[in-house]
Amino acid sequence: MLDIDLLNKKCIDIRKLIVNQIGGLGVGHIGGSLSVVELLVYLYYHEMNIDPKNPDMEGRDRFIMSKGHGGPALYSVLADKGYFSIEELDTLNKPGTNLPSHCDMLKTRGVDMTTGSLGQGLSCAVGMALGSKIKSDDAYIYCLLGDGEIQEGQIWEAAMAAGHFKLNRLIVFLDYNKMQISGTVEEIMDIEPVIDKWKSFNWNVYRANGHNINGIHKSVIEAKKSKDKPTMIILDTIKGKGVSFAEEAKVLSHSMTISEDMRIKAIKELDSEVDNL
Amino acid sequence: MIPDNNIKEMRQILYEFLDQKMEEDERIVVIDADLSKSNGTYNLRKKYPNRAFDVGVAEQNMAGIGAGMAAYGFIPFISTFVPFATRRICDQVAVSIAYANRNVKIIGSDPGIAAELNGGTHMSFEDIGVFRSIPNMVIFEPVDVIQLKKALPQIVEYEGPLYIRFFRKWTPTVFDEDYEFNLFKGDLIKEGKDITIIASGIMVYEALLACKKLKEKGIDGELINIHTIKPIDRDCIIKSARKTNRVVTCENHNTIGGLRSAVTEVLSESYPVIVKGIGVQDRFGQVGKLPYLKKAYGLEADNIVNACMDIINN
Ligand SMILES: Cc1ncc(C[n+]2csc(CCOP(=O)(O)OP(=O)(O)O)c2C)c(N)n1
Ligand SMILES: [Mg+2]
Repeated sequence: MLDIDLLNKKCIDIRKLIVNQIGGLGVGHIGGSLSVVELLVYLYYHEMNIDPKNPDMEGRDRFIMSKGHGGPALYSVLADKGYFSIEELDTLNKPGTNLPSHCDMLKTRGVDMTTGSLGQGLSCAVGMALGSKIKSDDAYIYCLLGDGEIQEGQIWEAAMAAGHFKLNRLIVFLDYNKMQISGTVEEIMDIEPVIDKWKSFNWNVYRANGHNINGIHKSVIEAKKSKDKPTMIILDTIKGKGVSFAEEAKVLSHSMTISEDMRIKAIKELDSEVDNL
Repeated sequence: MIPDNNIKEMRQILYEFLDQKMEEDERIVVIDADLSKSNGTYNLRKKYPNRAFDVGVAEQNMAGIGAGMAAYGFIPFISTFVPFATRRICDQVAVSIAYANRNVKIIGSDPGIAAELNGGTHMSFEDIGVFRSIPNMVIFEPVDVIQLKKALPQIVEYEGPLYIRFFRKWTPTVFDEDYEFNLFKGDLIKEGKDITIIASGIMVYEALLACKKLKEKGIDGELINIHTIKPIDRDCIIKSARKTNRVVTCENHNTIGGLRSAVTEVLSESYPVIVKGIGVQDRFGQVGKLPYLKKAYGLEADNIVNACMDIINN
């Protein structure tokens, strides 16, 4: 059963951890971290077969943050799940940290793949899905892509391979926040018609509101019925979601400096959202 | 170090040059891959919408488009961060640009530790090694805004593939406005007789500090800047080594494949002397700010001083 109230509450907790992490340092990739919170909360608190006490468990589901700069969002979830301590979040990007800007499987407990050079994660997910098929371990391989990221050619090499190999347990999400660094995705390098693109690569394609856990859930249930195709779930999201200064900054929220005042305001704002639940 | 507000950022100089040069020379085109704000090229698109493009997060495509435009008579400047300008697009550079010998200028920003908080994935210590072993490639690493300003016209003048290893932010100046720049000649920054220090990029400033510290110890260091690592100015290196018989190289790069390798290749064939390499000792990058990273990788003036004393005392 999907406990929506609990998960929605969790999203606020995670957003606070993200704001404190990046705010504590004073700068970071806040926009693209805040846009993926509902997805991560849904996967890590409801859907994935994982064990924080045994991060290397055989046959576990995997998650690949292909847009590696979303690290702070993933770290918040992993810490809250108990992979490491909440206090460790304060070390984000500080000398000697286990929590670098971009996800690193050698440094961070619970991170399944090293990413940060955009466009590489989906190929790694295809490799894992192939591995899982050989081992017949019934794992699901989840992967998250940025909408700017899919401008990389390697994404489409991987997409073709996943369709070709009929990787039905590969479920991929697109964080369609419509923004990259230098402008909107539409003005920089339009990815539309994005549904048709993935369909024509022999994928199932669904589309959902990326800030509505129910909608994400319904799409994943459909994806899991697939017998012979990988699934792309396009999530319509808002860059900076849930924190006014980040939402208002739009494209500039990609990586921004955050003062102590801004951090405190954002935490207050998120706290007041709890009352509105 | 506190930035001096009277000195512009490197990317401002790049922007000002391109802005003016594009007006004079219709062959110049600029291609970015979603990092134009970082590299200072963002505003060119407003003034030259037909000759300044962004291809999105697609560096391999950017390299190929650059090669194609060069084959059509244009002079493309393609720009992104160092790792994506070098190892990500290595085959496109090797084949479409270098092997086909197309006149493409490759701008890779944030060399080595300058990637700072972007960490390991963005911190290239191998780019010089990778490009040095590709024929036709010229590798240029500017030291400061004065040198960059003097270099850019010569870079446009030079016909062929050329890589600019581009520190894009504020950096202290080393050269005077009246300094004479030659793209293919090393710079003798300080004459000395006891030991030769050969440095590139941000390490030149550290080497200058090291020379001052050595002086206090009674050591007279000679400081050479190699801004063009390939083709390297052999004469200037050999001449200095003949005088001092001792060499220390300083680079913000892996000592395998970079400046140390280039210098030892020259000396081992003509005038073998002991060469010690200050630089990254075959390690990957990590997150941190410049002062921390300089310390972590042994790229401080004191490391240079110690290497010099080691050679002199043994
Ligand atoms: C290969 C590569 N090229 C460039 C970059 C620099 N970069 C980091 S994030 C980013 C924009 C990504 O946009 P998007 O995928 O839409 O991310 P989001 O909006 O989710 O933050 C770029 C160009 C990179 N990390 N990797
Ligand atoms: Mg985006």
